Amino acid sequence: MPLLTQRIQDESDQYCLVASLDNVRNFSTILKAIHFQDHATCFVTKNGVKVTVENAKCVQANAFIKAGVFQEFLVREEPIIFRINLTVLLDCLSIFGSNPMPGTLTALRMCYQGYGHPLMLFLEEGGVVTVCKINTQEPKETLDFDFCNTNVTSKIILLSEGLREAFSELDMTSEILQITISPDTPYFRLSTFGNAGSSHLDYPKDCDLMEAFHCNQTQVNRYKISLLKPSTKALVLSCKVSIRTDDRGFLSLQYMIKNEDGHVNFVDYYCCPDEDIPQAES
Amino acid sequence: MKCVVTGSNVKVLGKAVHSLSRLGDELYLEPLDDGLTLRTVNSSRSAYACFLFAPLFFQQYQPATPGQDLLRCKILMKSFLSIFRSLAMLEKTVEKCCISLNDRSSCLVVQLHCKYGVRKTHNLSFQDCESLQAVFNPASCPHVLRAPARILGEAVLPFPPALAEVTLGIGRGRRVILRSYQEEEADSTTKAMMTEMSIGEEDFQQLQAPEGVAITFCLKEFRGLLSFAESANLPLSIHFGAPGRPAIFTIEDSVLDGHFVLATLLELDAHSQDLSSSEPHRPVPQLQDHSTLHQDNFASDDIDSYMIAMETTVGSEGSRALPSVSLTPGPQHHCGPGPESEEEDEAEPSPVPGTPPPKKFRSLFFGSILAPIHSPQGPSPVLAEDSDGEG
Repeated sequence: MPLLTQRIQDESDQYCLVASLDNVRNFSTILKAIHFQDHATCFVTKNGVKVTVENAKCVQANAFIKAGVFQEFLVREEPIIFRINLTVLLDCLSIFGSNPMPGTLTALRMCYQGYGHPLMLFLEEGGVVTVCKINTQEPKETLDFDFCNTNVTSKIILLSEGLREAFSELDMTSEILQITISPDTPYFRLSTFGNAGSSHLDYPKDCDLMEAFHCNQTQVNRYKISLLKPSTKALVLSCKVSIRTDDRGFLSLQYMIKNEDGHVNFVDYYCCPDEDIPQAES
Repeated sequence: MKCVVTGSNVKVLGKAVHSLSRLGDELYLEPLDDGLTLRTVNSSRSAYACFLFAPLFFQQYQPATPGQDLLRCKILMKSFLSIFRSLAMLEKTVEKCCISLNDRSSCLVVQLHCKYGVRKTHNLSFQDCESLQAVFNPASCPHVLRAPARILGEAVLPFPPALAEVTLGIGRGRRVILRSYQEEEADSTTKAMMTEMSIGEEDFQQLQAPEGVAITFCLKEFRGLLSFAESANLPLSIHFGAPGRPAIFTIEDSVLDGHFVLATLLELDAHSQDLSSSEPHRPVPQLQDHSTLHQDNFASDDIDSYMIAMETTVGSEGSRALPSVSLTPGPQHHCGPGPESEEEDEAEPSPVPGTPPPKKFRSLFFGSILAPIHSPQGPSPVLAEDSDGEG
């Protein structure tokens, strides 16, 4: 063992990123929340890791894992950007099983030498070490949704349990999910228009589920249900969700996810509205 | 029509929808003065189910808006089921359920009032009003079994989920026997397992049937009603007669009753085996297809037992046929139609989902069993289980 530690320490000088973690699940859980495409772009700065997944140039999901989540987090140059196969990365992170036996933790040491090098993962559980090398790819430009606070027209903070069931029961025969946010009834409404008919789900403004409700002007926007459905992965892990729309109808869903250590992490989903808005039937 | 269901009755309603969904693809919802009925019939029309919820079941029950006729509707089972999909959720979060049907909106509105003031509104499109009516009389069945649903539920639990049919009979010592049914032609290597459960007479509240009688029916539908009866903690009565005649399964409560009418297999060789058949079963000519099922044809039609038939009644527009299912005791002295009519009906296209059921219908009973005698096409021309392509 000392030999291995020695070697790792020697090598750590050549890495531009070294991060270690006692419990790999604190990292993998957050990644699972955005795992709806195979490939992801990773940005690493001294503050932490941001992993971005996009689909159809219309939806973007970002997972932020703060540096504090890691026990050791060394970044020698900033920023580090690479693209990686997220499915493979998650498979490697759960190489000892995704549901570990109680009391056993898988530790992770993650190293990256820089552009063109593979991402090295050292996973250890009960004295068994697995080394994974995942090839990194040329980073691709990610979308800038230009979603800034000043243009936000409505903002809702909900306890996730109130939305969980709604998302799991979404009528997938409907092509779109229509979100209505208004200062008067129905306040916050999710509507689908499927083969069997339409469904509306109304949340009152003042209820225990609703932590905050800000809206000055009625806004009705439609989003492709197939683009929003993957956010259910983040929703089921989260405890609170912030729903914001801006003046262009862009949607921001921000999920607060608490990991096993009590650290708070955030996962963002941005989604473009559906262009053609037929006259709403409601 | 407007009705309001509150508290635990929402789950009861949901359970009923779940058990109906095991049978049919369409749900017929008909408000009557003595309650709301939910009915369905399976695609091969060998099983019919009906729940009647008395006005007392509801917090508010208004079968029709004053000055208006009673409305009926037919909706897709799938869409109605999706509203009640999660029973745990119904129990935990739903406080009130309002169902309303009116001419103007031309949709069935189901509104769930949930915890935290969350409100779910489902506007379901429905199809032309048709009445599904079964004519059957449990009193005309010579044999009756009644037992708590739990007893029967536990008895069917060990049967494999894929098992299609089960035989229920009275064995030696008046023990009630449930046994997995296997077709004779079945490959003995693939269906090597036979399950048999035997229940003592003392577990039954009523056991009015001689030793040796046995009927075979579909397990899936039976399980559907059982799970409802078990959750409602009600006794289940089974009324039956000779093999080949429909068995009527009933549950009753002060505020609801449920009837499932299931076709039973005609035993061809009296192979009730060690159910100790005391008398050989006379093969009873069984239900046949009827191309023209006007009520006035019943007497002259070739029915030799009960039948489920599409009955033509006059709709509000005079010309529209309202399909209904009837289970009427037929005259005993006719013989069945020849193979030609069977074959002809085999070729009938399946009803397209969404069209009113045709006046003609296929064999009521399991074609795989009928086939050897009545169909020249060999075994299994009609499969009761194959409901995929049918409305």
